Amino acid sequence: MMQISARQLDKTTILDVSGDIDLARSPEFRKVVLRELRELRTPRVVLNLTAVRYIDSSGVASLVEALKASRDLGSRLILFGLSSGVREVLQLSKLIRVFEIADTEEQAVAP
Amino acid sequence: MAEECVLVSQGSLLLKMELRSNPETLCVVRDALGKLAETLGFPETECRAVVLAVDEALTNIIRHAYQGQTERPIEASFRRIQVARDGARKPALEIVLEDRGIRVHEEQLCGRALEDIRAGGLGLHFMRKSMDAVEFRRKWGRNQLRMVKLLATADPAKGS
Repeated sequence: MMQISARQLDKTTILDVSGDIDLARSPEFRKVVLRELRELRTPRVVLNLTAVRYIDSSGVASLVEALKASRDLGSRLILFGLSSGVREVLQLSKLIRVFEIADTEEQAVAP
Repeated sequence: MAEECVLVSQGSLLLKMELRSNPETLCVVRDALGKLAETLGFPETECRAVVLAVDEALTNIIRHAYQGQTERPIEASFRRIQVARDGARKPALEIVLEDRGIRVHEEQLCGRALEDIRAGGLGLHFMRKSMDAVEFRRKWGRNQLRMVKLLATADPAKGS
């Protein structure tokens, strides 16, 4: 199971994600994140991945698509709370360097 | 990584699964395989690597061989084997996945240059990086994928 809930903080939306982001769940994950960026035009989207224990290539692909959308729209996509498993997968993809990653929520939402 | 792992002993069957090509079953396989790898004595990071490789392989079967159909059969078997590597016999986990879908050539799985920042094409890369051997073949109308992970750093006593 995967769940996503949203919190607003000024011009920032924090998406708290929990569960596994795999082939079954990545379409929903992609939809929610892209909606926040493309439809709601949120200037800063923060993904709280603290409760995500697993991400596969389809989840990474969704993150890449969201990153591209944020760049196209001039907004920011920030990740924080990466578990060992999620960090390893992003490192394996060699894409970890392209994402903006914060250590804490405070850091992610800092002006 | 992904060098040849020559089988020298058939070993013992640890687990066999008959699955449907439904993405909802992936989490069940991940949980079971994670426990199996842990029981065999793989370190935590290697347990995650094995789980990732199998999950990506099953994802490829569902997406490419079965083109998204959710009720097609997949057989997964997990054996403890002995392989010849660097002039010695080494214990390893062998994973064989079989499906009856359309023939999928390795090139179709889109392994790609990682400098290319785009979505897709990562699954095969993850499998190759996570395992010591990844071999595809077509046999009797089935796609067969064999993956091997050496148990070199594991405590053999834990798996017996």
